[in-house]
Amino acid sequence: MVSKEEKPKLIRDDGLRHDGRRPDELRPIKMQVGVLKNANGSALVEYGKTRVLAAVYGPREPQPKHISLPYRAILRCRYHMAPFSTHERKSPAPTRREIELSKVIREALEPIVISEMFPRASIDIYIEVLNADGGTRTTSITAASLALADAGIPVRDLVTGVAVGKVDGVIVLDIDEVEDMYGEADMPVAAAPSLGKITLLQLNGVLTPGEFEEALDLAMRGIQEIYKIQREVLKTKYLKVKVEE
Amino acid sequence: MGRKKAQSENRELVIPGQLIAEGEFKVATPNYIYRVGNRYYSAVVGLAEVTEDSLTVIPLEGFYYPSPGDVVIGVIRNVGITSWEVDIRAPFPATLYAADFLGRPINPAKEDLSDYLNIGDVVLAKVEVFDRTRDPILTTKGKGLGKVTKGSVIEISPVKVPRVIGKKGSMHQTLESETGCKITVAKNGRILIECPNKQLEEIVVLAVRKIEREAHIPGLTDRIKEFILKEKVRRGLLGGEQGGETEAD
Amino acid sequence: MSITPSSDYIIPKLKAETIVSLIKKGVRASGRGLEDFRELGIVTNYIPNADGSAFVKLGNTQVIAGVKLELGTPYPDTPNEGAIVVSAEFVPTASPLFEPGPPDENAIELARVIDRSLREIKAIDLGKLVLIPGKRVWVVWIDIYVLDHDGNLIDASSIATLAALLTARVPKAEVEGEEIRVDKSEYTGPLPMNRKVVTVTIGKIDKIMLVDPDIEEETVLDTKLVIAVSDDERIAGLQKSGMGALDKNEVLKMTELAMKKGKEIIEVVEKSIETSTREASAEQATRKLREDSEDTGMKGENEEETSQ
Repeated sequence: MVSKEEKPKLIRDDGLRHDGRRPDELRPIKMQVGVLKNANGSALVEYGKTRVLAAVYGPREPQPKHISLPYRAILRCRYHMAPFSTHERKSPAPTRREIELSKVIREALEPIVISEMFPRASIDIYIEVLNADGGTRTTSITAASLALADAGIPVRDLVTGVAVGKVDGVIVLDIDEVEDMYGEADMPVAAAPSLGKITLLQLNGVLTPGEFEEALDLAMRGIQEIYKIQREVLKTKYLKVKVEE
Repeated sequence: MGRKKAQSENRELVIPGQLIAEGEFKVATPNYIYRVGNRYYSAVVGLAEVTEDSLTVIPLEGFYYPSPGDVVIGVIRNVGITSWEVDIRAPFPATLYAADFLGRPINPAKEDLSDYLNIGDVVLAKVEVFDRTRDPILTTKGKGLGKVTKGSVIEISPVKVPRVIGKKGSMHQTLESETGCKITVAKNGRILIECPNKQLEEIVVLAVRKIEREAHIPGLTDRIKEFILKEKVRRGLLGGEQGGETEAD
Repeated sequence: MSITPSSDYIIPKLKAETIVSLIKKGVRASGRGLEDFRELGIVTNYIPNADGSAFVKLGNTQVIAGVKLELGTPYPDTPNEGAIVVSAEFVPTASPLFEPGPPDENAIELARVIDRSLREIKAIDLGKLVLIPGKRVWVVWIDIYVLDHDGNLIDASSIATLAALLTARVPKAEVEGEEIRVDKSEYTGPLPMNRKVVTVTIGKIDKIMLVDPDIEEETVLDTKLVIAVSDDERIAGLQKSGMGALDKNEVLKMTELAMKKGKEIIEVVEKSIETSTREASAEQATRKLREDSEDTGMKGENEEETSQ
């Protein structure tokens, strides 16, 4: 593990980032849907070394029953980091961070789920961060959105997440853990790409209004790129099925 | 106005948020299509069909959401004093009242409902009531409804039910006529198969799995016909629906 | 687990409709303009036992922020800095919907949003809070206490926190080798601050933006964006909070409005601290005068006695 004293150079002399990426370059992204048998929908998404599993159950009877709403389905969302997902073991008990992230992730998904169709039911979204290397909440949103689609739950759009940041004074796309730790700002963004609606926006750090606009633009461009992969993976599940002779 | 633009080819694989069409259309599957202004988007992964004036999206993934009148196959999950709790693969468990099932009032002090239907028993029933205030209530009044005592039940994804039934029941007919089995396709994705022998049952199961897998690829009915024929040849059942002498029990 | 709230504050539908239709016309049920905060009252040094404190009344929302400095060990990755810890309690006095128990996701979110708004911009000069480098530092505990909930808890808490920090003092601590003796009856000076930061929450209904939503307005908002604004006019943090969505132009409009309002609020906080400090020192001066005159009086008596 790196300690704070030895802050690495985040932007090298050749203008590339510590891992060789251009400022506007995503990490290698991998996605799979339908990876679990029992869940109604599931997805495994990787942004570089960040790896997140999402499972969707429901619509089903909420537990306990009294938390249901008469006019819509409720969403229940848990963002959780596996004990082995971090450099030092993380206690499996939920931290304040995980409680907050569960809330903002749920609120990022609420606008797209057509929950009015299923009064009194519950749609449960379970997110497990298997390996954390920065951008876990945005990877989680991308995975959860795929899992919802894979479950056949009607949604208005997919949701795609990416974190942008400011490192050594440069606005960069899809920051990893080192850039998050030593950078000046980390800004997770999620949006419904077809609708152009931002459903998650956080800023952990400091930006001038001008830098903020630049960062938001970069995030929206990154989201469009990741969205293409999301669409592809949802279709490939069916396109790769060949007629058996 | 009046100009319509189909944004997707016919029977195109669509995903949530994908624009299907612009203009004025009748939406045949309102649960799977949503509208913003005069633009229509798919809400699910499915196959979009756009005609002159109507839009359909057939989902490829999904679950069973009850609606009154649906014929379903339920599994008894709990035995109550005056009713059974029935799993119908819906978000909510269904209730079957003993008075409905037995067709007479019951005396809870003297009768034990598990004598009639016990946990794990299978019933063919119809959804009588389901709305936003009440969990589904089943009835077994009606022709062919009631406790299932023979045959076997398989499960498929509920969204694939229309494919197993086919246009105007064509696929269902194919399956029955080509195998000689009686096949009941319930709305909740459970299929009751009653066959003259195990080998034919096997063929039906394999054919259903094939339908499920290839539901989005055109020409399905013909492929299934061929498939059943081939499987029958392989099992030496060709030429007869009976195949009595090769019964392998 | 985060669950779609089912026990939200419920207002009569007719009232909600009125609020919405008024807002769409650019007015609010209270008569405020869309960009007006409610009346803001700030009382600093409200808690004598705290090292810094403020009571804030924003309309009918009431919040106390208490700052306490205690000895602690630094975080391993910042051995030469003091530490800050922000917690928030939604006290059951504040709303029929608040239950006693550990902080829920809303209280945690509030505390963490305020924490980040201070931490990232280094609002507190933590480098000056080191007693034994790498070993002993001051930990700045910021405890936010929501006493009465009438909406916009985050901004009220952020204002209270800023006022409490700006009036907080560092207790006297004598370092002898590894030993530290703290004397809270004396202070070495004000808490060292680099920057002043407040959050400004902008609510959105349809295409309309408004600041400082009260609790009834919060029930009809599509969503909110919390924007932390610093005195050097930078964005020190953001948090979309609530179920809805925003498009890019709305976000830019919101941050612009927040920059303007944030500057105003910081000025209000500065002024109110100035006034209360002046009043306090005036009071102190009068007290001193009175004590002095009493002393002389006593002396006089004594003198009289001795002269007799």
